[in-house]
Amino acid sequence: MLLIIITALSLPFLAKKPIDLPPIVSIELIQITDQTNIPFAPKAKKIIEKVKEKEKKLVSEQAPPKKVKKIKPDAIPLPDDKVDKIKEIEDDKQNPEKIDTEVKQVSEFEKDELFDPNNIAALIDKSKEESAETTNKNDKITQDQQKSVENVGLSLSEEDALKAQIFACWSIPLGLPYNENLLVRIKLKLKPDGTVMKSEILDHARMNKPGQGFYKVLAESALRAVKLCQPLRVPTTGYERWKELQLNFDAREMLEG
Amino acid sequence: MIRLLLILFYILIPFKSFALIEVDITRGNLNPLPIAVSPLSIDENSKKNFEKILKKKNIGEEISIIVENNLKTSGLFNPLNKDAFLQAPDIANLKPRFEDWNLIKAQALITGKVSFVEEKLRVEFRLWDVLAGKEMIALAFTTVPNNWRRVGHIITDKVYQRLTGEKGYFDTRIIYVAEEGPKTKRIKKLAIMDQDGANNKFLTLGNELVLTPRFNPSSQMVTYLSYFRNLPRVYLLDIETGMQEVVGDFPGMTFAPRFSPDGKKIIMSFAKDGNSDIYTMDLENRIVEKITNHPSIDTSPSYSPDGKFICFNSDRSGYQQIYVMKSNGSNVKRISFGKGLYGTPVWSPRGDLIAFTKLHKGKFYIGVMRTDGSGERLLTENFYQEAPSWSPNGRVLIFYRETKTDEKGEGFSAKLWSIDLTGYNERMVDTPTDASDPSWSSLLSN
Repeated sequence: MLLIIITALSLPFLAKKPIDLPPIVSIELIQITDQTNIPFAPKAKKIIEKVKEKEKKLVSEQAPPKKVKKIKPDAIPLPDDKVDKIKEIEDDKQNPEKIDTEVKQVSEFEKDELFDPNNIAALIDKSKEESAETTNKNDKITQDQQKSVENVGLSLSEEDALKAQIFACWSIPLGLPYNENLLVRIKLKLKPDGTVMKSEILDHARMNKPGQGFYKVLAESALRAVKLCQPLRVPTTGYERWKELQLNFDAREMLEG
Repeated sequence: MIRLLLILFYILIPFKSFALIEVDITRGNLNPLPIAVSPLSIDENSKKNFEKILKKKNIGEEISIIVENNLKTSGLFNPLNKDAFLQAPDIANLKPRFEDWNLIKAQALITGKVSFVEEKLRVEFRLWDVLAGKEMIALAFTTVPNNWRRVGHIITDKVYQRLTGEKGYFDTRIIYVAEEGPKTKRIKKLAIMDQDGANNKFLTLGNELVLTPRFNPSSQMVTYLSYFRNLPRVYLLDIETGMQEVVGDFPGMTFAPRFSPDGKKIIMSFAKDGNSDIYTMDLENRIVEKITNHPSIDTSPSYSPDGKFICFNSDRSGYQQIYVMKSNGSNVKRISFGKGLYGTPVWSPRGDLIAFTKLHKGKFYIGVMRTDGSGERLLTENFYQEAPSWSPNGRVLIFYRETKTDEKGEGFSAKLWSIDLTGYNERMVDTPTDASDPSWSSLLSN
């Protein structure tokens, strides 16, 4: 009897769900090192002015500025105004100390990224998910409880319809490294009409591991594909069969070419 | 009691369970990602101040145009038409109505705010995941107002990195040889511009012939070759300060000086006693070291990003082919075995590929191969094109292409072109004059 109670209470779906904290993104302040004036040949002035005029024209062709009240400019300083130049040199020289602070700030930002609150939940989750998976595999052969398991997956045509739909929705990020494991597994809970109730990245912890920044980009692209595609093209019958679905997004084939 | 527990047991244990269905998604689309770039909002006071300083009516809009153009030219993004935007920029920056952006099929959204703070330009921007309804990055930059174009490039770099997983290449410059005049009497000047073609400047007068400018992979230093009294001279030029220095005079037929990855050495080829070999020069003590020692013509050396290997071309097999060796000159190994002649090998900053020019049956190709010579892919074919140079993230190649002269000897032109590593998105880079020999800088800000 005691055993039954313990078994019942230790069932995974009774376990407390991890708190899904929204990611907090803080604003990072960056001081851009000011650009120094590049010296150029005096004879080239005319050509540069021509280019500037051309550039102005191009800008106005691309997107006309919004109509605002006309304000007369006080004075139009020449681009090569000596005073301006001196000011720029004083103000704009690259200061090695400044660069240091800039680098520091960026790395702090990256640290912020590493401490994604989702990670905590994911870390707790991970062991649970892994053990759940192994038992799932064993279930097929051994466990008595699963006598009534129906190993009926989706039919070929059902699977093809779903695949074709998601292929069209998934924009693969092109900057991913070729030689890494590019598999993202997403577990979905679906409504009978194919809309997604819940999506969960199974290897969530990997998203925040150092050197695995690309995995986060890939996982986000897969999540976007799922959201963009819903309602998913699921079979009209047998909801119990597919109410939970695992999508394995693998970008290797596409990127290796 | 037993009955109660049994009921509990039956409630908790599902009667029928199903194995989790797994579906493998191995294909996706490589279509550009639809992105909405909302004009950066700006208050009236800041608008007036920037209009006085920069002569731009709405600097917020101008910066967003730069971001939009950058994203579009990358070929990986599809910036959506602003006319379709439903939400005003100032409100979108505070709290986007994701349903509105979803409606126009935007998958990502860029919003932001520009303000005039203590004579400086302060730009705040946010990248949103429209489908997930969450913020992906929020950054603020402060700089002198004249740097407004760079702010646009830096925003693009951050967005690009967040959405593609690799660093951007937008806050960079390209140095090249500007050419003018008839083909037989060309005036060649050193010129520099932003990667989008803006801020073009000439760095030399054109009195002397300049060739093969190459950026230091880690700084804003350039090395190039110039002929002084018919003798090739290798120069160093600091783009930030404008300081120029002669590294040395070398015997005839000196070619293509290029920096080592740490910027401490220059590697080049020159002919000594009638035989062209590869040499390095230490920039601190100016000691020249011979790296190859072979009776054939060895030229165009380029270091691997870790500095451990050098690729170069040589005709030691009878035809010009690409070879790789250790940086001390040992373990020379031929890597190109295809039909035709191979030249100008350049090691990718990612370290995985070598770009090259190939001549086969009278046509020139720009291509890439793995560092062991496998996986050769030809990206583009033309009448005459050469000298590929990598973008700092190893995603894009820039090279130059010449057009044929007609029967009268007219119609010749040389222009810069860029192409994505995939062979897509080939486009001409606009320059005010003819242009050749481009070299891409590293990111100005990391």
